[in-house]
Amino acid sequence: MYRIIEKTHFSEHVVKLLVEAPEVARARKPGHFVIVRCGEHGERIPLTIADADVKAGTITLVIQAVGDSTRKICALEAGDSLHDVVGPLGRPTAIQRHEGTVLCCGGGVGVAPLLPIIKAFKEAGNRVVSVLAARNKDLIILEKEVAAYSDEVIIMTDDGSAGRKGLVTAGAEEVILRENVSECVAIGPAIMMKFVALLTQKYNVPTICSLNTIMVDGTGMCGACRVTVGGKQRFVCVDGPEFDAHQVDFDEMMSRMRAYDSVRNTKASK
Amino acid sequence: MSEAIKNSGRDAQWRIDLRNAMPAKERASIPRVTMPQLSPDYRITCNEEVNCGLSEEMAVVEATRCLDCPQPTCVEGCPVNIAIPDFIKNIQRRDIVEAGAVLRRTSALPAVCGRVCPQERQCESRCIYNKMKKQPVAIGYLERFAADTCREIESTSGQKPAERKSNGIRVAVAGSGPAGLSFAGSMARKGFEVDVYEALHEIGGVLKYGIPEFRLPNSVVDAELDTLASLGVRFHSNTVIGKTLGYDDLLNMGFKGIFVASGAGLPRFMDIPGENLSGVMSSNEYLTRINLMGAGRPGSDTPVLHGENVAVIGGGNTAMDSVRTARRMGAKRAMIVYRRGMDEMPARAEEIEHALEEGVEFLTLCNPVRYEGDERGRVQRMYVQRMELGEPDSSGRRRPVPIEGTVDTIDVDQVIVSVGVSPNPLIPDNIPGLEVTSRGTIAVDEEHRSSIATIFAGGDIVRGGATVILAMGDGRKAAESMAAQLLENA
Repeated sequence: MYRIIEKTHFSEHVVKLLVEAPEVARARKPGHFVIVRCGEHGERIPLTIADADVKAGTITLVIQAVGDSTRKICALEAGDSLHDVVGPLGRPTAIQRHEGTVLCCGGGVGVAPLLPIIKAFKEAGNRVVSVLAARNKDLIILEKEVAAYSDEVIIMTDDGSAGRKGLVTAGAEEVILRENVSECVAIGPAIMMKFVALLTQKYNVPTICSLNTIMVDGTGMCGACRVTVGGKQRFVCVDGPEFDAHQVDFDEMMSRMRAYDSVRNTKASK
Repeated sequence: MSEAIKNSGRDAQWRIDLRNAMPAKERASIPRVTMPQLSPDYRITCNEEVNCGLSEEMAVVEATRCLDCPQPTCVEGCPVNIAIPDFIKNIQRRDIVEAGAVLRRTSALPAVCGRVCPQERQCESRCIYNKMKKQPVAIGYLERFAADTCREIESTSGQKPAERKSNGIRVAVAGSGPAGLSFAGSMARKGFEVDVYEALHEIGGVLKYGIPEFRLPNSVVDAELDTLASLGVRFHSNTVIGKTLGYDDLLNMGFKGIFVASGAGLPRFMDIPGENLSGVMSSNEYLTRINLMGAGRPGSDTPVLHGENVAVIGGGNTAMDSVRTARRMGAKRAMIVYRRGMDEMPARAEEIEHALEEGVEFLTLCNPVRYEGDERGRVQRMYVQRMELGEPDSSGRRRPVPIEGTVDTIDVDQVIVSVGVSPNPLIPDNIPGLEVTSRGTIAVDEEHRSSIATIFAGGDIVRGGATVILAMGDGRKAAESMAAQLLENA
């Protein structure tokens, strides 16, 4: 069960896995995630389902090695198995056909969960402009795949090694100023989503984000993933993972994501 | 209660002989057995089960105390009316296998209930000895003894269970906690093909993730699961009914009936300032990390915070489990913060006793009003309002009333919120047409039937947070109802 059919390296620390999980693949919609465990003593961690192939019975996971558990998963090879995979969890993305442009902003490995959303918006008949941003060109992933479902792709890197030099917000603002943007989707590190939200709020562009909090069970049972949205408590695993980005208390979320930094080897709020 | 189960075996000659063997006065003068326990100093360094269990000699003597009443009020005190004197007298005559058989006629998980039932509020509270100002018969200890001994006998005898006849009708269970397991066992024994679906990666529900090993060892739960597997029950972990498989999927797979027993896995918080600081978590999260994921033990990848000054908010069994776990995790101060008094605390008496022995501090008549943290967002202190008891509220207990102007500050670096749980919303939210109450519970009739004919429900998903024995009773009753319905239409 949960055998790895294929493994691809996007870069040294970013890996794509095709995993056998037929029931998950069948029930999966864009926006859904799974909880996985690597090994008998593995930690339960959430990973977005980047894609699913119902006929083949596989799901695609894209993982960046940022801590002990993700490093273990990235070290697995085709033929190995994940010990546990459960899903699909969370609420699927709400896809609409808009009058104006749909602006999709992906930061680092956040582009992986963004891709199925880009695809869904395009297939619904929208004009889609995608801004992909990362620290450097090695961390820009899925550019070809994103381009296949976008009318335009803008690449931004901190060091200018690919595309233009600058932050995701620079690319996003340019699009907002020149086009009628109906909706924005921002997925990436918490700090990136926070600043895209602040930007789009200035221009009154409705924006959704996908939150990547710590989770344990993923089914609403423990509250580890709780966030404050519009002043109310929400669980990312059952109410999310997507929320109105203008309502999310990002500072509180980032603080909670650092809770276990002192007891382990992770940069939780990447 | 029907005459049949009141005290069915009482007229057998062997029972008469046992009663005649000792005058009641002598019987009543035998003191209640003391359960051997691990010492508090030792047991807070590990997760070993605190209660060691009775020896056969101790059990026989305790069983002798039972007066074998013509109208056993203890049976009335049991939520599922186990034939208590029947099993106790079998222990006395050293037929432990028969004692186990009596238990299993009514209780699906006697080794579990013997350990976790609040006997002091149920069977033992109705023992006639209470009227005589004597200690009740230790019914819970005896149930555990019978169940554990039978398990040992079964595992060493290598005996294969009797062949069961399958009627080929498939039923599905959502949730592998006490309600689901009890239902599965009943249906399997009636010949149905049972598939149990569990969201987590381990089977057992709250028995595994919630109740710590020092109270209910996983080996005890696993033995019950083995028994069910030997009856043909199939378990599927990592499957969330309502997400992985929907209601339509289950129908397409050929299931004729579905029992929803997904439990009260939704934590309640108090909604006070600072409750989202790092280091403040629900008891579900804390116990799942430690009990299910093995956090804090070598080899486990799951982290857990090891607070030095830990406050557990609440006074139920889950709060006791959490605070005693915190002591075992090395907390210097492990405190219970409870807004009413010791007498109002809903936890099992034995858990409170064990907690006190283990050095847990009880801060009663205290209610947290806010938490403060440091610049990194980690909780550092708790402000508690002092309370006094006023008039009884809807639960019948005296209502806690704040004493104005009395707020204390307590240094804490970890807070575990254990103020109750609610029904998990996954299934109620994902099965169209399923009637759900305003509390989030699945609405059922007295036969445990929901608003959808093929779906029955029981346990905490119907009751809100309750007990293992009630969940088990629901599982059994729902099995009776569903079996009757399916066989009628077959």
